[in-house]
Amino acid sequence: MKLTGSEALIQALKQEGVDTIFGYPGGAIMPVFDALYDHSRDIKHILMRHEQGATHAAQGYARVSGKVGVCFVTSGPGATNTITGIGDALMDSTPMVVITGQVGAALLGSDAFQEIDVVGITQPITKWAYQIRRAEDVAWAVARAFYIARSGRPGPVVLDFTKNAQIETTEFHYQACNFIRSYNPFPELQSEQVEKAVRLIDRAERPFALVGQGVVLSGAEEALRNFLEKADIPAAATLLGLSAMPSDFPLNRGFLGMHGNVAPNLKTNECDLLIAIGMRFDDRVTGDLNSYARQARIIHIDIDPSEINKNVKVHAPIWADAREALEALTQGIRPAKHSEWIASFEPHDRKEFEKVIEKEIHPEEGPITMGEVVRLVSEATEHDAVLVNDVGQNQMISARYFRFKRTRSIVTSGGLGTMGFGLPAAIGAKTGAPERRVCLFCGDGGFQMTLQELGTIMQEGTGLKMIILNNQFLGMVRQWQELFFDERYSFTHMQNPDFVAIAKAYGIEGCEVSLREELPQAIDRMLADDKPYLLVVNVEQKGMVLPMVPAGSCVTNILF
Amino acid sequence: MEEKLYTITVFSEHSVGILNQVSIIFTRRGLNIETLSVSPSALSGIHKFTITLFCSREMVEKVVKQIDRRVDILKAYYNTDEELVHQEIALYKVATDKLIALGGIEELIRRYHIRILELNESSVVFQKAGHYNETQELFEELKEQVGVLQFIRSGRVAITKSKVERLSDMLAAIEAKRKPDTD
Repeated sequence: MKLTGSEALIQALKQEGVDTIFGYPGGAIMPVFDALYDHSRDIKHILMRHEQGATHAAQGYARVSGKVGVCFVTSGPGATNTITGIGDALMDSTPMVVITGQVGAALLGSDAFQEIDVVGITQPITKWAYQIRRAEDVAWAVARAFYIARSGRPGPVVLDFTKNAQIETTEFHYQACNFIRSYNPFPELQSEQVEKAVRLIDRAERPFALVGQGVVLSGAEEALRNFLEKADIPAAATLLGLSAMPSDFPLNRGFLGMHGNVAPNLKTNECDLLIAIGMRFDDRVTGDLNSYARQARIIHIDIDPSEINKNVKVHAPIWADAREALEALTQGIRPAKHSEWIASFEPHDRKEFEKVIEKEIHPEEGPITMGEVVRLVSEATEHDAVLVNDVGQNQMISARYFRFKRTRSIVTSGGLGTMGFGLPAAIGAKTGAPERRVCLFCGDGGFQMTLQELGTIMQEGTGLKMIILNNQFLGMVRQWQELFFDERYSFTHMQNPDFVAIAKAYGIEGCEVSLREELPQAIDRMLADDKPYLLVVNVEQKGMVLPMVPAGSCVTNILF
Repeated sequence: MEEKLYTITVFSEHSVGILNQVSIIFTRRGLNIETLSVSPSALSGIHKFTITLFCSREMVEKVVKQIDRRVDILKAYYNTDEELVHQEIALYKVATDKLIALGGIEELIRRYHIRILELNESSVVFQKAGHYNETQELFEELKEQVGVLQFIRSGRVAITKSKVERLSDMLAAIEAKRKPDTD
């Protein structure tokens, strides 16, 4: 039987197990939306309020569920509005397939209405970008797109679907893709690389592991735990790796990088062996590369060979899936104890607690602090919620003080640092994990970048808990202005609307809190049911995220 | 870090948009491509890019890995001049009357191993193959003696000295990994 290209697309998506699509219709994708109309029982389409929101929602969905996020958007501006989300997904290795409508093949290159060179624009920010110009290519292209998006180091794929191909008919035979000759997502673990790393680990007196999102992407959480426990290796996580280990896991020594914990940053430059697992030595983690871990031997496990030796020269690379590598290492290494080394983290932890943490999360006077809001919400959700955050102070504070029990519990824009990511990503996260509590922490600035998505929440009844940490400032920029620009607060103060009234206009309940004693009750009210809720907390205007390693500075140069 | 000329070889699928995928990796890092040559390889359906650029070894290693990881790229690697037999080809158009007036044309042709591709009353087209400095030397000499009306030089083509082109072996190894069809 012959199908239209649009119908073939829907059938192909079903074959790939797609049951949720985030999208926004428009002229050049109308035949696809028309075909989708007949499948609304099997495929849930969530109508976002902006295409950027659709991509971030697809990211949030993918990050909590491990499935591929899917978007439908139209050509021209519909497609260009997805660029930020696609770039974000590439930086943060998030599997996503974005299907953009395109003008008919006969019109390509003619500056037709809403025509734009989507493949050309997206090639630098995708794993693969392909234009489907014939209906008969739909099945092949979709199979390939999903295989590429989810295998190896995951990432975004764009399929630019010309209107003629959506309408023309074709025979449809679906065959899932599991092989592309020019693409090797499954490197074979090389025993000599493992043996070399084993020797280094067995010999190490002060080993230290850096845990990145690669652990989550490869499902290596348990393998990581076994590995760390067998050789008694302390570990710390990157922003995206935060929920790979439970917060209370004894070998979890905290958070790395610019606003990370003191001990892990200092110990990076004291260890004799650094074991980097599924992380990419981002500059927010390393600071100045010339003074980064120069004393240490370095093992780097990564599935993407172009990450090895990209920023940091390593002594023992392991080009492999993190789980496979960790299992092999655990088998090879000798059991060890490093009690003294691990104990050496503690004085720094205590000092950080006394100087920074205590007054941030348990203040007794003055305005409400960002940290105490995060602590209270984390406690009230028994540390079992999904944390979604935006970018800036709200992101760093919530990453520092939210606690995690399970994996896939943090959704954040790490690499690209996209303000406006939080709200739509939280919609996607709640959609991908409806049984879980999803808490969004957002600043007053970032919330206003994508607040039109309150309309999506209203229409879908997405049971999100939204917390705005309102300091009337673009807080992180303000913090840098205070520290590095002589307190010249150039265009960072914000006059804000009545956020609760805006939520109310969308039929979403909310409340605004300025007093410390009202906060616990307001949080309880927010969490009392599974309906969407907006809690606006007016916090200390000049709150700071500390400690801080200034950009480009040595990781041991920590401002308290 | 010392900069020198590296030759990058890329084998790719012959599909739309590969050149862009390769070139954006140079653009991002602010690298200038010196020469570029693209043509079908010995294996049907596979294209070969030969790209030269001046940079450090650290840089060329990163660039090659970032090219290699693109889905449509089969293989990318780099070499230095010592490891290669390489060649460029140049065409020179000069005015016939000036050339005749110059005299000594036989000596010029023998010295530079020039081939004459076209000759008419107004102009002569020379061809010379060689390394950059050789084709450049002839250009300088012609420019000084008779003037050059038109000049074009190709990108570098290159073959490694040490090993045979093992793409076919590599392809066979890749194909051996292909899992049986699922349906």
